[in-house]
Amino acid sequence: MISQLTPGERQLALVLSICLAAVGGFLAIVGKDDIIAVHGLMVSAVAYLLVFIIGIEFFKPSPSPRRIEKYYDDPTKAGIVLALVWGIVGMGVGDWVAWLLVFPEATFDAGWASFGRLRPVHTTGVIFGFGGNALIATSLHVMQRTCRTRLPDQLSPWVVLVGYNVFCLLAVTGYMLGITASKEYAEPEWYADLFLTVIWVSYLILYLRTLRRREEPHIYVANWYFLSFIVVVAILHVINNLAIPVSLGHAKSYSLFSGVQDAMTQWWYGHNAVAFFLTTGFLGMLYYFLPVRAGRPIFSYRLSIISFWGITFLYMWVGSHHLHYTALPNWVQTLGMTFSIILVVPSWASAGNALLTLNGAWHKVRDDATLRFMMVAAVFYGLSTFEGSFMAIRPVNSLSHYTDWTVGHVHSGVLGWVAMITFGSIYTLVPWLWKKKAMYSNALVELHFWLALIGTLIYVFAMWNSGVIQGLMWRAYNENGALAYSFIESVEAMKPYYAARAVGGLFFLTGVMVCFYNVLKTIRMQDDATVVPERPPLLVAAPASAE
Amino acid sequence: MLEHHRKLERTAIGFVLAIMLVASIGGFIEIAPLFTIDETVEDVPDMRLYTPLEQAGRNIYTREGCYACHSQMIRTLQDEVERYGPYSLAVESKYDHPMLWGSKRTGPDLARVGDKYSDAWHVKHLMDPRSVMPTSVMPAYKWLARTPLDYEDLGLHLKTLRKVGVPYTDAMIEHAAADAFGQANPNSDEAYDLEERYGEDSNIRVFDGDSARLTEMDALVAYLQILGQLTDASYQETPLQSNKGTE
Ligand code: HEC
Repeated sequence: MISQLTPGERQLALVLSICLAAVGGFLAIVGKDDIIAVHGLMVSAVAYLLVFIIGIEFFKPSPSPRRIEKYYDDPTKAGIVLALVWGIVGMGVGDWVAWLLVFPEATFDAGWASFGRLRPVHTTGVIFGFGGNALIATSLHVMQRTCRTRLPDQLSPWVVLVGYNVFCLLAVTGYMLGITASKEYAEPEWYADLFLTVIWVSYLILYLRTLRRREEPHIYVANWYFLSFIVVVAILHVINNLAIPVSLGHAKSYSLFSGVQDAMTQWWYGHNAVAFFLTTGFLGMLYYFLPVRAGRPIFSYRLSIISFWGITFLYMWVGSHHLHYTALPNWVQTLGMTFSIILVVPSWASAGNALLTLNGAWHKVRDDATLRFMMVAAVFYGLSTFEGSFMAIRPVNSLSHYTDWTVGHVHSGVLGWVAMITFGSIYTLVPWLWKKKAMYSNALVELHFWLALIGTLIYVFAMWNSGVIQGLMWRAYNENGALAYSFIESVEAMKPYYAARAVGGLFFLTGVMVCFYNVLKTIRMQDDATVVPERPPLLVAAPASAE
Repeated sequence: MLEHHRKLERTAIGFVLAIMLVASIGGFIEIAPLFTIDETVEDVPDMRLYTPLEQAGRNIYTREGCYACHSQMIRTLQDEVERYGPYSLAVESKYDHPMLWGSKRTGPDLARVGDKYSDAWHVKHLMDPRSVMPTSVMPAYKWLARTPLDYEDLGLHLKTLRKVGVPYTDAMIEHAAADAFGQANPNSDEAYDLEERYGEDSNIRVFDGDSARLTEMDALVAYLQILGQLTDASYQETPLQSNKGTE
């Protein structure tokens, strides 16, 4: 790993690691009376580990100058493995907290093990750990291929990948220690947020530097999506997390916003994390891996433009649909609802574009579980975006909000769409990266596909049922005109669905473990010299006349 | 249009700027006015501040992730008003940095849980929810009663809150730790001072039933008991405003 870096890059890596160790040490000292010191020590430990890793190979001979004739894929490889590890951790914790709602006593009388602290470990683990690593890994791969150029240097992708994972680690350990800013999907505290900002800006710069070196005049569609993912997430992250720490030695900070303004900012962030993290990033994946795997060009270039700008523009308006009938002014609620409904147009344009790309390759979908993952992902994308628009309608929302229906909706998006497209991409990418003919076992890919699909369906149906029942019980009146059910009766009615949901999650989790095993086995397989690097698949149906 | 787009695709910086521009419009139009339009947050004279102990309890509520299962936002819907009390007004979370409106009700809304139960009920419930509600799925929080409250630096917390807009006075900041102690020790001098600063209506009690020491349980219960009690404004308006939806 380190021996691939040039001597200059090794030196810089060493300097950066020492700086990180110093920052960690500083936090540990100024925060000695506060829990932040634990994180300071943790950061230092990670930094010293990096110093050690760099040190071992520091004096190895320089890498071959011929390396620049090839793409640089080591960070992508590491990112894929990290994504799967985070996936297993994040989904494992998710399934654990699902069981906690069936067996609430299983908290060992310890703070770190209670539902409220573990739930963000699950969400951060899967969204940022699993999803984020998969996005970083695939984007590094895709941008090189579609630009027909190597990454501009070998250090910055590692800075992005390692830094990002340090952030994720700070986040999830923080929640268990009791460090949280409590903003949903933005729980890490101020110092972790600042750190992520630095990492994220390096990511953007890396992307732009690569684009500048491209040998293709046009920027390929997948890169538009990855770019919007990086740029907009940066804006959202910085604004929503504006806060003042109690002191440099305190983990705790207080949000700059309060009450209704804070609620609006939070859900503007929250829903656009769905949009620009969980949608456009993964659409970037889809727009590259689906056409290559299917061996067919993207159905329509025009549709991809319309859906891209439609999504980029419209999503930013819809966050307020999380706040229907609340103290948020009515006009904002109405705007949120209206734009949410319009949003179904570009969303379906994307899903349609993906499915129509498969038109003519249905026999491949039938035989190839990897391509089937991507097809199912596109279908779930279409379904959950439609469902989302539907739930944003005020009267529907009056029933669905605060219930498990929302949880079901989110999971049809993240399990059905985000995770499925990621698995499809991983199964496409892994043999290429490690120069193998195919995955170690196609039967295991097939098994994973069915585990994932069945798990998702069980999960989503359980939550639809429980959500609708909850919503109806809360608003039911008896013949005397009084509320028919006490709250606890609605809790009791959830029992079977909570158990079913946890079983569905277990199916899905097992699938990821099968995937991880298969990937590790593939990596260990004998190299296949006959595997030629895949051709740069500029398969987009671009109008040739425009040149 | 396609022609123009082909041109845009040739410049990375142009593309990035276009994304930033297109993506900024929605958020700007919806969020900026919330800070400038006066009607967004009602003006009520009797709105009071969280005492240091209550704020400490609020921080424990956040830390434990109670908001993952409980909302604090009663919507303008008939059944919610009947179940939980008058719908929530914007002003009621005016000093909440951050807000804890929540998004999921695995347990009931807590916006007006203050004064609904006795302190002893809360303590019993938090220690073992199933001792009062046999079918509850809420976790037990026994360690809160064992953990002494860390209240020495509450002054710094209040000072930070003042920076983000909560009108704590210098005296409140200076005496924050003593005030926290006083609120849970009814017969102390500090209790008297607290009343001076935060008003006659302040809840001054041994919240966790153990006067020997100040625990995290004291703070959390003090916070739960103030929920919905910061102002009377929501009880004064007509139950359902016409400009809000009534389904
Ligand atoms: C796993 C979800 C969950 C978490 C986390 C949770 N609760 Fe609960 N809570 C419930 C459920 C379910 C009920 C209803 C049954 C009962 O009364 O125990 C409830 C009830 C309550 C009630 C009684 C409300 C009423 O009006 O009757 C209070 C007060 C309460 N919880 C406070 C808390 C606090 C404080 C925390 C954090 C320390 C917390 N809860 C964390 C699920 C949860």
